[in-house]
Amino acid sequence: MTCQVRQGTTCTCRPSNPLPTNIVKDTTSFLHMAMWFARSRNLVSSLRQNLGLSAILIKRNHSSPRPVFTNYELSSKVFLDPSTSFRHESTAVESQPDLVQQSDHEDDAQELDFPGGKVGYTSEMKFIPESSSRRIPCYRVLNEHGKIISDSDFIPVSEKLAVRMYEQMATLQVMDHIFYEAQRQGRISFYLTSVGEEAINIASAAALSPEDVVLPQYREPGVLLWRGFTLEEFANQCFGNKADYGKGRQMPIHYGSNQHNYFTVSSPIATQLPQAAGVGYALKMEKKNACAVTFIGDGGTSEGDFHAGLNFAAVMEAPVVFICRNNGWAISTHISEQFRSDGIVVKGQAYGIRSIRVDGNDALAVYSAVRSAREMAVTEQRPVLIEAMTYRVGHHSTSDDSTKYREADEIQYWKMSRNPVNRFKKWVQDNGWWSEEDESKLRSSTRKQLLQAIQAAEKWEKQPLTELFNDVYDVKTKNLEEQEVGLKALVEKQPQDYPTGFHI
Amino acid sequence: MASLLGRFCRKLVVPGSAHGSRMTSTTACGSETVKSLNLYSAINQALHIALETDPRSYVFGEDVGFGGVFRCTTGLAERFGKNRVFNTPLCEQGIVGFGIGLAAMGNRAVVEIQFADYIYPAFDQIVNEAAKFRYRSGNQFNCGGLTIRAPYGAVGHGGHYHSQSPEAFFCHVPGIKVVIPRSPREAKGLLLSSIRDPNPVVFFEPKWLYRQAVEEVPEHDYMIPLSQAEVIREGSDITLVGWGAQLTVMEQACLDAEKEGISCELIDLKTLLPWDKETVEASVKKTGRLLISHEAPITGGFGAEISATILERCFLKLEAPVSRVCGLDTPFPLVFEPFYMPTKNKASSSSSLSSPSKNTHFLIHGFSRLL
Repeated sequence: MTCQVRQGTTCTCRPSNPLPTNIVKDTTSFLHMAMWFARSRNLVSSLRQNLGLSAILIKRNHSSPRPVFTNYELSSKVFLDPSTSFRHESTAVESQPDLVQQSDHEDDAQELDFPGGKVGYTSEMKFIPESSSRRIPCYRVLNEHGKIISDSDFIPVSEKLAVRMYEQMATLQVMDHIFYEAQRQGRISFYLTSVGEEAINIASAAALSPEDVVLPQYREPGVLLWRGFTLEEFANQCFGNKADYGKGRQMPIHYGSNQHNYFTVSSPIATQLPQAAGVGYALKMEKKNACAVTFIGDGGTSEGDFHAGLNFAAVMEAPVVFICRNNGWAISTHISEQFRSDGIVVKGQAYGIRSIRVDGNDALAVYSAVRSAREMAVTEQRPVLIEAMTYRVGHHSTSDDSTKYREADEIQYWKMSRNPVNRFKKWVQDNGWWSEEDESKLRSSTRKQLLQAIQAAEKWEKQPLTELFNDVYDVKTKNLEEQEVGLKALVEKQPQDYPTGFHI
Repeated sequence: MASLLGRFCRKLVVPGSAHGSRMTSTTACGSETVKSLNLYSAINQALHIALETDPRSYVFGEDVGFGGVFRCTTGLAERFGKNRVFNTPLCEQGIVGFGIGLAAMGNRAVVEIQFADYIYPAFDQIVNEAAKFRYRSGNQFNCGGLTIRAPYGAVGHGGHYHSQSPEAFFCHVPGIKVVIPRSPREAKGLLLSSIRDPNPVVFFEPKWLYRQAVEEVPEHDYMIPLSQAEVIREGSDITLVGWGAQLTVMEQACLDAEKEGISCELIDLKTLLPWDKETVEASVKKTGRLLISHEAPITGGFGAEISATILERCFLKLEAPVSRVCGLDTPFPLVFEPFYMPTKNKASSSSSLSSPSKNTHFLIHGFSRLL
């Protein structure tokens, strides 16, 4: 029911739709709504006609005005006080043009009119603290022992879904291990693992619909795995063979599949974020029951494209779910060297974006959060930000040795005691849905399948040389045709200077 | 007719319009109506047609909603609605990134960068993303529907940040196209081609010509092909190659040279990437001389690419070194603009003067005076 009025358009929200209860309880959301309301004059005038809305949102308080912020804590007092940031009832301010309807509210004189809407004023000079006294808490459902914490809000997961989620998390683990080893053996040139982030990968994918368009960073192959990309297809891309959909043009792990609505990975960081806003907007215009979902690491949030992406998604009211995997490290840069804020979740509000911090190693929490965020994004046509707290257990990539900049003990701790796969496994096992026999069967068959996939991919024919020149444009241009002719002649003349197997 | 000519006299004569130029691709049927338009109106017309003919096309950028700072987007928001024509936040990387996302979903995104001088924040999105979107995905994805429009070039008082000609940066990027129109009629046809081309296109509009250039522009929907250069003035003694507003200057130089008996062949490149080497090559093989002119600084300018290519292809036919008359290697200055610019009175480079051949002496001597 939150009103999405953009400048110049008419508000068409129906105030009779009740707020979902989790939103009503959340005082943070009031500020979001408050700030939206304060901004638009059209909204003000249309809300005049929908006074029912005001009855739901505002608890009228005729006491004397208070300063806008006493501290950075988002206490309910601040929001429900009508002298603070939002007012959708008009005020008659002396000697100002009557832009909105007259009202005889006694706090009229306590506000100032600016282009962004009305703001209360204060004579007390008070700076908003650089940080809250309390960090934004982390939403979690399962404790470390895989038991559901009592009174948890969460969306129930069926046995079928839970088992599939677990299987995929385990598959991802095995896949990562084997491909990593293949790189070490020199069989593929590069690899990067998602070890420690299996819950984010799989649970988020499980919470989406197949029509949701995913724009990954590069540590989310589990989303593609969930959607049905086969181990053979992963292997083909890593080997860049003739069966690789990417036609061997990019480094390993730069997967992409239009069939699975998974945009091709690109190495530059955060470039996918403003693109996701555009994708979300396209889906909105097509009135699809789908949203854009895009991933970013903690490091990526420092990029300008993070700012651009969130701001555009918010202004354009695009259905986008931004999922930040805060895994503590951007290669060797710890988050203490990345930002001074309370992580990423607090940045959402700066853009007018609803946000949540979730335990990224808790598959049930991730599932619930992503599922809810997705629903909000689609039904309310708005972006949502999720910060999933986790840890990058593996090295940044096969080109990295993280023991050079962090303690081996730290890595070990997260690998063993805070392992998201084990944690979810406990829950699934406790429900009687998974046995050790299932476990060994799954792991050995997946391992076998992967080894076969690698062997097959390795032997597979290479891409024909012409693929070097295709797809630069939709149609090969003259200069490329000439260069291809020249290169072919050269390769035929001096084949010893070139790798073999590339069919001319 | 006389009144039209009178109106023309106060404006720049648009190259190729006064003479019987070979308009190989535009159809000027007697039955089609034409209207006298300036450049921004022609662009505006193209945008109206683009949005009209494809319901999945969008126009957006800073200040696009009210008509744009150069009036190019006038009337679009009113006609097609704010869902399709809208203002964006002040963020070029966001504008282009958002456009890439829209285009990747099969839409046409015609984005505006307010001045080419401000395109650089979007350079990463253009070079690393848009240009490689199709190639890196193995043609599973593409953002061919993306067209980036930006006013470029000298305007008389623009200084460092309202006068730049950054085309050379983009000509070095495989995967995008770079298009620069010389006049209103060309702009409409080239813009429609760019928007409909299945590849991302960077379209630079000579802002100097937005109001200054007036031309008869057909009112119907027409396209001028990309990657086809046009000989807008035939000649036999020297080939001149340029694009955008510089052609107006070069045509003046040609007229002056003609008075001295030098026959100049003037070519509008139109598309800089991928560029039509064949037309330039054929011309130089005929004339034996090449002079390239652009406002952008000479070092590393696109003239260097044309020069190198023509030298490779036409070396034995050349009677003089290839000459480049370009901007100086400085940031675009304000009070010094008249000195910076490659005006028609600027001497051509010394390579033309160094050719010793007797029977070309008069030609070189005369021409160097005129350029």
